Amino acid sequence: MAEATAAYKVIGTRPVRPDGADKVTGRAIYGADMRLTGMLHGKMLRSPHAHARIKSIDTSKAKALPGVRAVVTAHDMPKAEDRMANLGEMAVNVKHLSNNALAYDKVLYRGHAVAAVAATNVHIAEEAVGLIEVDYEVLPAAIDVLDAMKDDAPILHEDLKATELGQQTDKVSNVVNHFQFKLGEPGTGFEEADVVIEREFDTATVHQGYIEPHNATAMWNEEGHLSVWTSTQGAFVVQRQVAEVLGISVSQVSVTPCEIGGGFGGKISVYLEPVAAVLSRQTGRPVKIVMSRIEEFEGTGPTPASHIKVKIGATNDGRIVAAEAALMYEAGAFPGSPVTAGAMCIFSPYAIPNMQVDGYDVVVNKPKTAAYRAPGATNAAFASETIIDEIAEQLGMDPLEIRRLNGAKEGDRQVHGPTYPRIGYLETVHAALEHEHYQSPLTGPNRGRGVASGFWFNVGFQSTVVINVNSDGTVSLVEGSTDIGGTRASIAMQAAETLGIPYEDVKPTVAGTDGVGYTDVTGGSRTTFATGYAAYEASQDVIRQMRERAAERWNRESEEGDSAAQLAADDVSYSDGVFRCAKDPSKTMTFKEMADMMPRTGGPITGRATSQPRGVGGAFATHVVDVEVDPDTGKVSVLRYTATQDVGTAIHPSYVEGQIQGGAVQGIGWALNEEFVYNKDGSMVNASFLDYRMPTTLDLPMIDTVLVEVPNPGHPYGVRGVGEVPIVPPPAALANAIYRATGKRMKNLPMSPTYILSQLEQE
Amino acid sequence: MQTFDYVAAQTVDEAVSLLASKGDQARVLAGGTDLIVQLREGRRQLETVVDVKKIPEANVLSYDAQNGLHLGAAVPCHRIYNDPVISKTYPGLMDAFTLIGGIQIQGRASVGGNLCNSSPAADSTPTLIAHRTMCVIAGPSGQREVAAEQFCTAPGRNVLENGEFLLSLRVPAPPKNFGAHYLRFIPRNEMDIAVVGVGSSLVLGDDNSTVTDARISLGAVAPTPLLAVEAAAALVGKPISDDTIAAAASAAAGIARPIDDMRGTIQQRIHLTGVLTRRTLQGALSRARGES
Repeated sequence: MAEATAAYKVIGTRPVRPDGADKVTGRAIYGADMRLTGMLHGKMLRSPHAHARIKSIDTSKAKALPGVRAVVTAHDMPKAEDRMANLGEMAVNVKHLSNNALAYDKVLYRGHAVAAVAATNVHIAEEAVGLIEVDYEVLPAAIDVLDAMKDDAPILHEDLKATELGQQTDKVSNVVNHFQFKLGEPGTGFEEADVVIEREFDTATVHQGYIEPHNATAMWNEEGHLSVWTSTQGAFVVQRQVAEVLGISVSQVSVTPCEIGGGFGGKISVYLEPVAAVLSRQTGRPVKIVMSRIEEFEGTGPTPASHIKVKIGATNDGRIVAAEAALMYEAGAFPGSPVTAGAMCIFSPYAIPNMQVDGYDVVVNKPKTAAYRAPGATNAAFASETIIDEIAEQLGMDPLEIRRLNGAKEGDRQVHGPTYPRIGYLETVHAALEHEHYQSPLTGPNRGRGVASGFWFNVGFQSTVVINVNSDGTVSLVEGSTDIGGTRASIAMQAAETLGIPYEDVKPTVAGTDGVGYTDVTGGSRTTFATGYAAYEASQDVIRQMRERAAERWNRESEEGDSAAQLAADDVSYSDGVFRCAKDPSKTMTFKEMADMMPRTGGPITGRATSQPRGVGGAFATHVVDVEVDPDTGKVSVLRYTATQDVGTAIHPSYVEGQIQGGAVQGIGWALNEEFVYNKDGSMVNASFLDYRMPTTLDLPMIDTVLVEVPNPGHPYGVRGVGEVPIVPPPAALANAIYRATGKRMKNLPMSPTYILSQLEQE
Repeated sequence: MQTFDYVAAQTVDEAVSLLASKGDQARVLAGGTDLIVQLREGRRQLETVVDVKKIPEANVLSYDAQNGLHLGAAVPCHRIYNDPVISKTYPGLMDAFTLIGGIQIQGRASVGGNLCNSSPAADSTPTLIAHRTMCVIAGPSGQREVAAEQFCTAPGRNVLENGEFLLSLRVPAPPKNFGAHYLRFIPRNEMDIAVVGVGSSLVLGDDNSTVTDARISLGAVAPTPLLAVEAAAALVGKPISDDTIAAAASAAAGIARPIDDMRGTIQQRIHLTGVLTRRTLQGALSRARGES
């Protein structure tokens, strides 16, 4: 546990979050709480088929139902253009985005939205949805990534040409993109190896499982201005997507981000917002749409199922000399799986001289995938980290020792090219090795201990922060980053540290698109890093202005008295909340006094900064887990769990620990029981939290955390991204533990009792 | 959600006449933890919902050593397991009543409703069967009784005729040297539907070894909960041992005829039937001997 170091007064402490009380007392306004005068309620009609052509849609009966004000289909939306729009963390094809919100001529997955109703209450809207008649021509579906890659597979997009190693081809295929990263000569590398292990793995589709469903309220007023209230990871990204889909300018759209009940990458893409907008334009009323949990599972973006081949070779002394991987990821109904990120991450914890990774982005008749916490990396690490474990076993090495021997450090290269700056991977391995958990023997039958490591990026992108100084010496901080994991606190703490004032004197507000400058999504583990950077710069801007005013003030005082040399801002220092004159130690002024004097020293003081930081600090994690496997049932009990992570500087250690615990828990769920179960027609059959089995508190031990602080040299306070990497190691760590408990190597996720029992029965 | 009429019947006769007049357009509501969800998700269309929680006979909860347990069909789980005498007398019933849904669900859900929902995976039904429970049914021609193992006829279907509803359950007082145990297998540790559930009971002779009676009931391995007569036959009249328990487990697995679905495979369910039969018999034995 990290504690405040002498270097900092605020950073490293554990204050209460500013939004906490309103959230636990039910006063916080979430998207579904929106109530506007005259508001109508919307409901979507969704496809019962995994793949079908829409021959006709008859909305007349639905429109005739009393209380129904509008029924819309894709034909009520502007015809979407087939072009890419850059959305910060991702780029999307506008046509695909629009056709995903409302299917145009084909439905591409069960749950694909086909039409929408606005009515005076939600029950009438629901009834009207049942009165819409759609004539479908049902088509064969491609449900599984390997099936979809076959030459004779049903084709989802007849107009989509495959890209092969960077070149667009004329081939129409579900494999929309194949790319390759290469470093060194893997062929030669494997010749050097004494041990080579090659295996194939399959992982199932999983959902982020955020507790709050997607929602959108839209009001298109008489002047043609569209206002949207929604739960999102980024108001500006919603603004841009809505404008693109509706063919209007971003200045015609205002987006207010409501409080958000979890996102994990799943609340970046828009689903309901453009539809609510079109319904509002047709009715002249505000329209609210809220998804049910079934719609969440069937109609939003999960993270992909995948098929992965990995081959790793090592010498007898434990040096990994070559590694190859092929990652086949399901994109869902439209291109854009996180396979690229998976390919970049798969071997990132290691310095391997010869590497090759092939990635395949494959469309299938399932919902369009979205980001999910370190998107793409968890699937990949499950495969690579179990093989590293097997190599260590064959060489008779401790699995952490082989990681220490081969671990990446400053100056080593990732497979896609970049050279690492200062990173803390080896420190996480060392922390795990030295930890009392790893040092304690694990005894008892059917028990095993496993370890695994993982890497995830940290991105910069763009942020804006404005700091308004109040007359009482507090400041109001306005930012555009949705607060999902305690970032109001972590950003306010960086401002307080820089301003030299108490944390409680910084009042943070998350503003919408009308209230703050452009800010990218809360995603890519960037907010505490990049928006925190902007808060640091905006705070410096405040101090700079105050130093100028202090100099001017003292100059005026001097003019009244004896004549002294003119002071400049450089002659004023600031520390511990006090401005001091370098030339006259008797002249001091506190931050509070400066704030109080603003009307007499030139008016309000506002500090502002935008950031687009490049010095990103990627993060590594190494996890240790003990399990017991019931040999009669195949059920895994997680006995003990310790997660070590290089967190850079932990601004608010409790929230960093919370991120690590949350990520580890999601990884445990992904590992053991979570999966979209499909029937042969391509329908998901477990679209509820009853049968989509996320872990409950009774399924988990305490997740112990070890914060390893290797500051990021690219940030004034050493911040790294911390929120995503903890989901990466758990499936592999559990697979390795299950192997030691059962003698069976796991090749599928989830490692459910059904799967493990089937493996135990194989001799 | 669809619109429907809600009637809180005050008497048995009122409920019977409403149900008789509305036929399959009416359905009884007790806790509502199944019915309301079915209505909200459009899985069931109804004109009338008849709440039986106001009917005194459906709310009875009494126990005495002569008559055993009399359990009104609308009594929620929490009232039963919070009764110190009943929970101590019937630990084999409490195994199931304390794990239906979760704490919040148990505040509403009734054991009678669990039986009337007639899911093959219902947690309380196998243990009711193992306890020789009788179902008291009220209807247009008075009351009748049906053994719990006869109550369910197919998934979601049961012996209730038009105008009838389940009024209460009668569970015999446990005889001397009686022990019962219910276990289910779920992938998580709560909030789940049984992949397989097994309720077993044993009565031992004065030697504390010879099995004089045994009942083994299997859930989620057939269209209805099963009474595994073949498994009991492997035990009755013999001294209990690991071998006889293994024989009973094997016989139970032999009559399981499950389906493949998202909760489990045929092979897994047959295997688990044997595992849970063995474990519940060991648990029942331990209770019969007063060891737990």
